[in-house]
Amino acid sequence: MSISWPRVRSLLRKEWRQIFRDPRSKRIVFASPILQLVLFGYAVNTDVQNTALYIVDHDVSAESRALVDAFTAGGWFRVTGSSDRSADLMHALDRGSARIGLEIPPDFSERLHAGGARVQVLLDGTNSNTATVAQGYAARIIQQFGAEAVPRAVPAGIDVRARAWYNPDLESRVYNIPAVVGTILMLMSLLLTALAVVRERELGTLDQLMVSPLTPGELILGKTLPVAAIALIDLVLVVAVSLTWFDIPFRGSAIALVVASAVYIVTALGIGLFISTVSTTQQEAFMSMFLFFLPTAILSGFMYPVHTMPDVFQAITLLNPLRHFLEIVRGIFLKGDGLLQILPELGILALMAVSILWLAVRRFARYVS
Amino acid sequence: MDPVRLGAIARKEWIQLRRDRRSMILAFVLPLFLLLFFGYAISWDIDDIPLAVLDQDGSRASRELVDALTAGGLFHVEQHLGRYDDADGPIRTGSVRAVLVVPPGFQRSLASGGPAPVQLLLDGADANTATIALSYADAILTQHSQQVLLQGRRVSAPVQSDVRVWYNPTLESRNMIVPSLIAVIMSIIAAMLTALTIAREWERGTMEQLAATPVHRLEVVIGKLLPYVLIGILDVTVATIAGIVVFGVPFRGSALLLGGMTLLFLVGALGLGIFISAALRSQVLAMQVAMVATYLPALLLSGFLFDIASMPVALRAVTTIVPARYFVTVTRGIFLKGVGIEALWAQGLSMILFATIGLGLAALTFRKQIAR
Repeated sequence: MSISWPRVRSLLRKEWRQIFRDPRSKRIVFASPILQLVLFGYAVNTDVQNTALYIVDHDVSAESRALVDAFTAGGWFRVTGSSDRSADLMHALDRGSARIGLEIPPDFSERLHAGGARVQVLLDGTNSNTATVAQGYAARIIQQFGAEAVPRAVPAGIDVRARAWYNPDLESRVYNIPAVVGTILMLMSLLLTALAVVRERELGTLDQLMVSPLTPGELILGKTLPVAAIALIDLVLVVAVSLTWFDIPFRGSAIALVVASAVYIVTALGIGLFISTVSTTQQEAFMSMFLFFLPTAILSGFMYPVHTMPDVFQAITLLNPLRHFLEIVRGIFLKGDGLLQILPELGILALMAVSILWLAVRRFARYVS
Repeated sequence: MDPVRLGAIARKEWIQLRRDRRSMILAFVLPLFLLLFFGYAISWDIDDIPLAVLDQDGSRASRELVDALTAGGLFHVEQHLGRYDDADGPIRTGSVRAVLVVPPGFQRSLASGGPAPVQLLLDGADANTATIALSYADAILTQHSQQVLLQGRRVSAPVQSDVRVWYNPTLESRNMIVPSLIAVIMSIIAAMLTALTIAREWERGTMEQLAATPVHRLEVVIGKLLPYVLIGILDVTVATIAGIVVFGVPFRGSALLLGGMTLLFLVGALGLGIFISAALRSQVLAMQVAMVATYLPALLLSGFLFDIASMPVALRAVTTIVPARYFVTVTRGIFLKGVGIEALWAQGLSMILFATIGLGLAALTFRKQIAR
């Protein structure tokens, strides 16, 4: 297949103009990635803080107040209500106005000094994730409070000192934002290619292209190169916002990121092109894209860790380009990976890129001729 | 409002819907597929955390410590390390999520009453897993520590806590995900189904015929809505049964209340779809807008997976205009908490408000077009 660059160039110019003729396109191409980044960045948040706490204090002593203060000091819990009746706590949990309840018995301060007070912690287990973490926080607060209130009552025992690598404050944002970069690139590449070819077919302009002297290879280059360029610009935009607005650390190699992104974008373009050639209408293409993107996002480790999925699904994730790209970006951002460290994942991704592109080109050639 | 005309519109819409294979798949196959797919694939239950152990003490106390940590099945020892410098490798490659370091002299310090420090190195990159792993480890080791110290002594911890978890005592993520999934899936399906209906009339040119009949615009909107309400109720019923039978999620509340709340939610979501359809007049565009307007907010801003309380104030304010947020609270409340209207009336009122706005917008937009 010979390729004439002047012809490709003029096609590129036409494609580029076509994308940006509609003023809405600029918004879709440049504003929506940023909007998505901000939305995902703030919403996809598994940090547990400000959890609504309900207090039932039957003791009302300096000690019980100190315990409540200890609960709210760390920012994990926020008192949203209090009462002197246990039943009110139950209603608060039922209504959802409290997620955790602390009930302090009447003899709390007395028993504390005698060396054996009890308190009750009630948790709303509906959100299992929040409940597990909140439970841990509450246990730690109570233990620490006890040790400080009655210093010599109990020997210190085992003292767990935790150190988290790559993300010392255990902020979920640091983990999630680099992943958002991956989903945005995928979504933009898919949207721009999957709909573009079908639209031309629906409008009948594909026939005009077919009677032109352009070869299928040139046509594909003309269709994909502008989208690849846009995706790379989006990459720069989104990474810039991640670093400046969200303060995400970037410890690895920028070159590795660009190389990996380019390979990944080619994979996504291939998928988009493929969807485009198997669909007859824009509506069909959009539906197929949605049905493809949904499991891709779910089974990537973006919102839910891959290692907690059932084995069958873990196996499926190996076929998912987004999963491999997420390993790469997280490695580059957080662990400081360079080209050498990402090589295995990059190899898999490259293999995917070549095979899907080959498939798409074959179908496309048949589709236009 | 004339019931005969209303019935005629509803019947016509139903016939049209039945002929459209794609809409039928959207209405009946997709919801169940999504429920099964999400229900199986999504799990946040973090157990079996791979752990590396660097035991520099090599004593009975340190072995007991490791046994205590792994006894509950939350952690398992993946490998033993020889040197402190080796800890970096397994975390970096991801073969373990945590490394437990027991320093030399641990047994001696523990025997003398402590403090006996141990170090837990975590892969913090996945903050969620790390936080939960840390909570587990903290709880297990604190308990173990008390057991060891209090053996044969007459002291006890100054403050003991009885922790009780309500509604979902085993803290299974499936119990939280399945009921809210029903809400999320229905928001998407409802808006997408109706997004096509009015745009289709425009694209096929049947809108002029409809406009020429004496039918009132509210009759058109409600008539078009009725078949979809029926489908939606059917979808929720099937999904609820699947949730109980397939996933074993408890259903503690009233089925009647769930039905009523579903009705309120559906009218709002379907109304929104009709509004989008009437405003855009193009099926492709309407579907895209319906998807963007419902899918992302329902997934991210409904409290389905991510706690609204932990979001920044501005985003929390945005969630108040996401109808799925109220329906998620309702489904969870009815499934897991078994609460009735006394706990859910605020959600019910919000959904009535949305239904009114949705229907109103749909009717208003529809009229403008016929006049044009």
